[in-house]
Order: sequence, then structure tokens, then C-alpha cells
Amino acid sequence: MARILVVDDSASMRQMVAFTLKGAGHEVVEKNDGVEALTSAKTESFDLVITDVNMPNMDGITLTKELRSLSNYRFTPILTLTTESSAEKKMAGKQAGATGWLVKPFNPNQLLATAKKVLG
Amino acid sequence: MSIDMSQFHEAFFEESFEGLEIMESELLTLDVGEGDVEIINTIFRAAHSIKGGAGTFGFMNVSEFTHVMETLLDEMRDGSRDVTQYAVDSLLGSIDVLRAMLEAARDNGDVDEGMVAERYAILNNILNKGDEAASNSEAEPVGAAVTPGIAQVWQISFIPHTDLLMAGNDPVRMFRALSELGEVQATVDLAKLLPFNELVPEDLYLCWTVTLAGDTLKADIEEVFEWVEDDCDLSITLLDDAEPRELGSDNDSPVVSTPPQEEITPPPASLKAESTVPVMENSPTKPKKPTEAASIRVGIDKVDEIINLVGELVITQSMLDQAGDDLEANAELSASGDSASQKINADILLRLSKGLAQLERNTRELQDGVMRIRMLPISFVFSRMPRLVHDLSSKLDKKIELVVHGEETELDKTVMENIGDPLVHLVRNALDHGVEIPEVRLAAGKPETGILNLNAYHQGGNVIIEIKDDGAGINKKKVLAKAIEKGIVSSHDKLSDDEVNNLIFAPGFSTADVVSDVSGRGVGMDVVKTSINKLGGRVVVQSEEGKGSVFTIRLPLTLAILDGQLVTVGGESYVVPLIAIIESLQVDRAQINQVAGKAEVYKLRDEYIPIIRARSVFGLDDGVDDLHESLMVIVEVDGAPVGIIVDELQGQQQVVIKSLETNYRKVETMSGATILGDGTVALIWDVNGMVGVHKKKSHKN
Repeated sequence: MARILVVDDSASMRQMVAFTLKGAGHEVVEKNDGVEALTSAKTESFDLVITDVNMPNMDGITLTKELRSLSNYRFTPILTLTTESSAEKKMAGKQAGATGWLVKPFNPNQLLATAKKVLG
Repeated sequence: MSIDMSQFHEAFFEESFEGLEIMESELLTLDVGEGDVEIINTIFRAAHSIKGGAGTFGFMNVSEFTHVMETLLDEMRDGSRDVTQYAVDSLLGSIDVLRAMLEAARDNGDVDEGMVAERYAILNNILNKGDEAASNSEAEPVGAAVTPGIAQVWQISFIPHTDLLMAGNDPVRMFRALSELGEVQATVDLAKLLPFNELVPEDLYLCWTVTLAGDTLKADIEEVFEWVEDDCDLSITLLDDAEPRELGSDNDSPVVSTPPQEEITPPPASLKAESTVPVMENSPTKPKKPTEAASIRVGIDKVDEIINLVGELVITQSMLDQAGDDLEANAELSASGDSASQKINADILLRLSKGLAQLERNTRELQDGVMRIRMLPISFVFSRMPRLVHDLSSKLDKKIELVVHGEETELDKTVMENIGDPLVHLVRNALDHGVEIPEVRLAAGKPETGILNLNAYHQGGNVIIEIKDDGAGINKKKVLAKAIEKGIVSSHDKLSDDEVNNLIFAPGFSTADVVSDVSGRGVGMDVVKTSINKLGGRVVVQSEEGKGSVFTIRLPLTLAILDGQLVTVGGESYVVPLIAIIESLQVDRAQINQVAGKAEVYKLRDEYIPIIRARSVFGLDDGVDDLHESLMVIVEVDGAPVGIIVDELQGQQQVVIKSLETNYRKVETMSGATILGDGTVALIWDVNGMVGVHKKKSHKN
């Protein structure tokens, strides 16, 4: 099963995402914001990164850009969690290099389906 | 997969309420006009998190309401809307509504729908007043066209751009997803493939034509390619034997438009489970009620410190252990008559006593460290004040600037929870009765804007909170007249200025000519005083007419431990809270006076203070008539000194307070009990209660 990095400043969202993914047998590492996530991404490897967009210290868009500039994250799937259903905001993530997005609110099944989509 | 979403609710509510506080305090610092983008961003982010969480955890009303607030904030953020006072006030009001909605959701209660509707109206009103008319309809119909239920054959031409792989997408996974929709046949087109020596391994040169047979909607296929829309050339065509047609253009196809909400929110699994079948395994039968104050956030440095201290304790323990072993070994030696063993013994004893001293220090430090876990910065309470001052000054038409110092001062969590209301009351009082309206201030030669100072700091083992205003001060004549009218003091009582000022804390006292809805709510200053006393604290006021007043609250750092003076009365040890003691002295007969028959007073410097005999309060036989050379502890009760006669004074000691009420019952003269170092139980005095009992007894006489 996959090793997944979950980044969200909201503990409840993070817990929900982590719990769901763990329930599906994945290994999950939780981080509070972009800075923390980037630090651990540099020393560990992940098969998938799921990140919130709006976060203090470093937002999800910047995190995505930073990750893509690391040689071992060039092809790693990165999903952004966004409340914005508008095309413009989704595209901001895409342009930064994200693989795709998941629009909040979502339920555990939607999350798993989306994760499956990129983990294959 | 069904997951009980309610397990995340507590965390969601906790962070949402925190988010509300952030929004509130940031809104209050937001300047009207320009509006600092950083501040708006912070507010926006908080609102955004609440919206996202609320949607996910099934609180749709919260999510929808926050969305409207967020829209307004978004427009402020990108500069398309000015930051007006009205908008800020409306957002503040919306925070209150949102808080009520969240509380209702947490407690399974009802929310006042009228209030919510009204707030929606206000927000929408602001939004519609904008330059741009209502935002362009977002509900763009999605091209989902064909009637389901009939097997169809789709042809998908998928020409990826060479950099499609760069964002982590992979055609293999897309085809796999397609294969779940129906029967897939893919043919690869190698036309763009470069000669081997020119190949860039990270680029993608292949194109595919895929046929998909199945009962599939075009939208489902589009969803598979959703993330790569811009990274490829894609066309999806319906291969119909009768008339193949291009579906790229939506215009001529019947449009099924789905309102967005419907697809977003299948209710969370937990809600379904509750209403239908009781869940069989490993789930509590009832949804857990959120327990209040169940958790506390502790800074990691505090935890590290404790771990550190425990480490030291372990070292000390092994040191003592070693000394004990050596002593034992040496005992055998000395039994066999070894002369050197005497010297060794002395050596070990020295180590032992050193170790014990170290143990004492470790224990004390560990106790301090553990107590600090419960300590929170007073900013938790102070943070409510800017909003209060903001709201009240506009309500009262006064100009007031709030200046806060010492927000980082730490205070026990329980004390913190109970000091909030009294503090709010004192601030209200200062704004309402203290600070004057601008015209009056100008006429008195003061600046138009009044200043309210909130200050907190540590002093000894106490926390001091000051509420200081530069207003009119307390009108002593008026206070005295009122107190006499209410029978609180008699007209012949000679009172010092401070004593007059502190009369405002007497029960049933209120001087406002017009009872305003700001502070005259039937709750007097006596309630403030009582709540502070209950916390083991004291409050006094100092005031100068025309210059302003200072309310000083003195609180113990914690409710669990008390610095006490041990005294003996009738052979029993008691603990007197050190915070109440002014001084202790030996009585000089010459200074005792008898007034009005039996009541005794003591002349302490220039002041006469009442004498209370602890023995008589406790109903013990008071054998001593002449108090000469007796010991007297002078304590402060209601801002005035009172002398209590005790048999003996012992040492000072920190004691751990055990509640009498939970273990026995309430005792008027005692605030609790403790266990002393030698194992005996000692009661802790409630000096206010003792004075009360003394008064009752002397009235009977």
C-alpha cells in the first residue's frame, strides 16, 4: 500500500483524511502546513501528497511548486484539497504542478476514489 | 467504506471556535478604508477552513453561511470592495451568528432561524450593493448529454502534450479508470515518437485512440480526463451506427443541468447509521456529547521541561539508591570490626543528605513544571476585550482606546475560566460609568478619547490584573450618600477615601442615576467581588475624582496549591492563606480599646482595627481575657484590616488544597482542607467567613 503525506492546518480535516486513508490500508504521515511538509518530504519519500490550499506559513500552491522542484518529486502525484469549485482556483494548483484536485466538501468514499485514481 | 464522521466533530468545533476568535480579533485590528491585505487574508483563511470543515462534516447551514461571509471577504481581499465600517460591523455580527450556529450544531440544539435570516439579508445587501451586479451565474450547464441506459460506443482521441507526465498524471491510470466505465480498446499512435537517440525519457510522445463501449455518460469520461484537460488535445465522440455526431459542441444537445449541491453532499455516513440501523461493532451506542474543557493545549517546551526534570529525578533516585547500597555493605564491614568503616559511614551519610537535598529541589521543580501545564496566557481572556470595547464605545457614543499590557502573563486554566465574566463586568463598568462622553472630556480639558488600560503581571505568587481608566473617577459624596441611604454604613462612620471607594462592592449597591443596559443589569459590583473571592482572590479600587479609577484584582496563580501560614488554635493546626495576611504581631495591651461594650479594637499605627478571637469564632472556651502578648494575624477582609487572635504561629508552607465540599460539606469558616507533611489534616481558613461568623455572634450578644 502507499505512503501518503497529508497536509492540512485544520486538525479535523487532517484526521478525517488520514483516518480514511489508513482505513484503506495506506501509511499516512500528517503535517500541519507547507513548511513542515516540505521538511519531511526532503528526508522521506511518499507515493502521494494530499495538501490543503489555504494554510498559514506556506500554502498548498507554494508547497506544490517547491515539491516539483525536488528531483524525486517530479512525478509524484500531488492532489490539492480546495473549496473553490471555480476553474480559476483549480488551475492555480495545476499550474503549480499538482496532479489534480479534490473539491471540499468530500466524503471518505470520494477521497478514496480519487486517491485510487492516482495511485493506480 | 463507512466511517463514523462524528469522531472528528470535536476537533472540528474546537478549531472552528478558534477560527472565530481569530476572525474577530483580526477584524478589530482592520483599518477602515485601505484594509491590510495580510489581515484580510488571515480572516479569509479562518472563514475558509470553517466552511470546508463544515461542509465535509455535514453542517451545511454553517458552510453556506460562511460562504456568504467568505464572498464578501474575498472581494475585500482583491480590492474590488472597500473596507467600510459597516462591512466590518456586519462581519462581526455574522461571527456571532456563526458562533451560535456552531454551538447549536455541537449541542444538537436549535439555532434562531430569524437571526440567521436577518444576517443573510444584511450580508447579501452589502454584496448586492457592489459595483458589479450579482456575480455571473456560475451554474454553467455541464455538457452531459446522452440518455443513460443504452449501451453506446464512444471514441476518444487522446493526444497528450509531451509534458503531461510532469504533473504526476499517467495515461495508464486513466485507461484503467476508463476500463471501469465499460469495455475499452486502445490503439496507440506512434507517429510522434522520436528516434531513440533523441528521446527525452521524461516526455510523452504517444497518442491513443480509445473506444469505450458501455452504458456511459460523456461526463463520466470527461471526469477521467478532468485533470489533464489543458495538457492534452481530447475529443470524445459518440460512435453511433445511425448518425455519428460531434459532441464537442454542446449547443444542440439537450442539457441536463444539475444544481451543484445535489452532487456534492451525500450525507456523511454516520448520520445515516444513527437514524437507521444501530451500528454493531466497536461504536458507542450514543453520539458522544462534547465534554467541556476536556483537553488542554500545552506548549512543547513545557512538556520537554517536565521530561527533563523527571530525568533529573531518576538520576537523584539512583544516587540515593547507590548510597543506600553502600551503607548496607558498610554495615557488614563495621559489624566485623573494621575501623575504617566509621569514616566511610560518615562519607556515605554526607552523600545521602546531599541526595536528599537534591531530591527536595527536584520535587519542587517538578511540581512547578507540572503546575505550569495548566497555565495559559491571560490573552485568552483579554482577547475578548477589544470587541467589547469596540461595541460598547459605539453604543455609548464614547471614544475609547484600549491599551493592553502583559497578555503573555500566565494563569491557571480554572482561574482563567472563572475570571472572564468579572473582568468583562469591570470593563463594562469602566466604559459606562468611568469614561465620559467626548464633550464632557473636552470641557474638562482632557483629550477626547478616553484610555482604558488592561494590565496583567506576576507579583510574588500572585497574578495582578489592573483595569485602569482615565475617566471621571468615583464620586465619593454620591457613593457615601447612597451607602447611608441603603443602610450599608451609618452616617457617623468615619471612613477613609479608599473605604468609601470600596463601598461600591457592597451588596445591592448601584449609583447610576439611569440604569443603562450596558452595566446596570441587576448584577452589581458585589457579584464581581464574590466571584473573585471565590477564586481566592481580592479586588480593590482606587480612584481620584476627575482623574480616573484603577481596579486591581489579585489572584492566586493556581487553585490547587496555596501558600499558607500555619497557626494553632485550641491545639489544632490551621492554614491561613498567605494572600490574605498583611502582617502578624504580638499584641500590646496598651493599644487595645473597648468600644460599645464588648467589641474590641486594636490601634495599629493610626488605624483602629477590629479584633476577632479565633477561639470564640470556633466556639471554644476562651480562657484568656487579657490579650497582652497574644499573637495576632492581621488579614485583609473587604479591603479593610482585621486582627485575628491565634494561640501560636508556626511556619509557612505550600499546601495542596482538598475540597471540603466534595469530601464533607461546606463549612462557613473554612475554604478547604489539606494534609500536612506529618500526615495530619489541617483546615484552611476562609477569613471572610470567619469575620461573618464573628459578626453574627456579636450581634446575638
